[in-house]
Amino acid sequence: MSDMARFFDMGGYALYVWSAYGLVAVVLAANVAGPWFRQRRLLRRLAERDSAEER
Amino acid sequence: MRTPFNHLAAPMHFYRWGARLVPWLGACTVVLLALGWWGGLVLAPPDYQQGDGFRIIYVHVPSAWMSLFVYVVMAGAGAVALIWRVKLAEVLMAASAPLGAWFTFLALATGSIWGKPMWGTYWVWDARLTSELILLFLYLGVIALLAANEDRRRASRAAAVLALVGVVNVPIIHFSVQWWSTLHQGPSVGSFGAPSIHSSMLVPLLVSALAFKCYYLTVLIMRARCEIVERERNSAWVREMLPR
Amino acid sequence: MRPAPARSAFLGMLRRDLLIAWRSPVEVLHPLVFFVIVVTLFRLGSGPGQHALAALGPGVLWMAALLATLLGLDALFRSDFEDGSLEQILASPAPLPLLVAAKVLAHWLVAGLPLLILSPLLAIALGLPDAALPVLLLSLALGSPVLSLVGAIGVALTVGLRRGGTLVALLVLPLYIPVLVFGTQAVTAAGAGLPPTGALYMLSALLVLAAVLSPPAAAAALRISLD
Repeated sequence: MSDMARFFDMGGYALYVWSAYGLVAVVLAANVAGPWFRQRRLLRRLAERDSAEER
Repeated sequence: MRTPFNHLAAPMHFYRWGARLVPWLGACTVVLLALGWWGGLVLAPPDYQQGDGFRIIYVHVPSAWMSLFVYVVMAGAGAVALIWRVKLAEVLMAASAPLGAWFTFLALATGSIWGKPMWGTYWVWDARLTSELILLFLYLGVIALLAANEDRRRASRAAAVLALVGVVNVPIIHFSVQWWSTLHQGPSVGSFGAPSIHSSMLVPLLVSALAFKCYYLTVLIMRARCEIVERERNSAWVREMLPR
Repeated sequence: MRPAPARSAFLGMLRRDLLIAWRSPVEVLHPLVFFVIVVTLFRLGSGPGQHALAALGPGVLWMAALLATLLGLDALFRSDFEDGSLEQILASPAPLPLLVAAKVLAHWLVAGLPLLILSPLLAIALGLPDAALPVLLLSLALGSPVLSLVGAIGVALTVGLRRGGTLVALLVLPLYIPVLVFGTQAVTAAGAGLPPTGALYMLSALLVLAAVLSPPAAAAALRISLD
């Protein structure tokens, strides 16, 4: 078995190890993306509100 | 009332400082996480009992540590919000709750993924897992209370009381659950965190834990900045800052 | 000797709440009937055999008592909030934690004590060993005031909210876990002929802790809710 394949196989625990790391990575990424998009949406909406008031 | 940290505690200043801090903290998180996981997945030798399955601890243990750490931070911020009426503390408390709940969820999920090959089952009513589950319930209570009240200031002050009640209860709950699980002799559990852990295994764990702390700070500031804009949407400084 | 003002405020509040309960006896019965129904449903849900129930009996009784307390707690501040008398209570010069303690005590006398009195009957119906009955009574006597005290915080936090009822359960049930664990353990141990003292000591400790910490916390929560 090549080094790479051995690494991904995780001594037979591949399913468990990679699903745990994958889940954590997805949740951590989603928690960054959430506030980021929320902030952008919020600022855009407030800017629209202000320009509507000015008109 | 004036507090020693009045200047930085003003939401407007926090909002501006936060924008400068987030990229640096984010970069620290990425570097530390890469180092910690590289050390944990590649450099650390397989465990002599658990083989490569033990590598889950590099995500599980930091999540579990953070789940408690965030709860204590949340209760501390809640206390500051109640005693000194610091607006920023309210914001930090409200922003911590969902993050802490996610860390708790990750600790539970990775714990049960680890449990499948090690215990032969995804779930065991062992004292630590059960306490962690109850911690998740406590977080959900705080989140529900925050969401139930339309007045954000009142919501966060009420949630602060609940978080403080919770922080008194967490050790009692853990103790009672431990008592419970020793009386019902469950399966003999080999659990994480052996007392003597080799440094090649320990260092990646500490680095991962530090990465999780940085991550928490980064996302906490991001969330708090959203919360600040939502609360102060009608103030002059928010209006001035908006893109034209 | 004239009673101290704090003491007379406490006793006045206690009398007032007991009188209100006395005037609407049907509402007082709700949690009690609920208690009996829940135990009956558990019995029917566990199949006609007797053996599974011997192990579950203490837990069933404690769970039913816990849910009945939770159901009754909703009335602790709600009617006072709706007719505006809660604001007067908050404005009164007497220390608010003391008044809250009086209200909780009145509530326990009306809702908790009847559960206590009824529980041996249900315990016999569930086939609990006779040796467990005194311990069941003692554990409920120590534990159910804790349920009322801790529940008062949850009710105080949600008193102004429209959908308070389910929210209170979500906030309070996790905090009830230690009481449930020690209460059930004490009864189970007594039923098995083991000394229940350890769990009973724990319940006493919880009672002292809740009696000291919960009234100020509930008072603070009330002030926030009615701010």
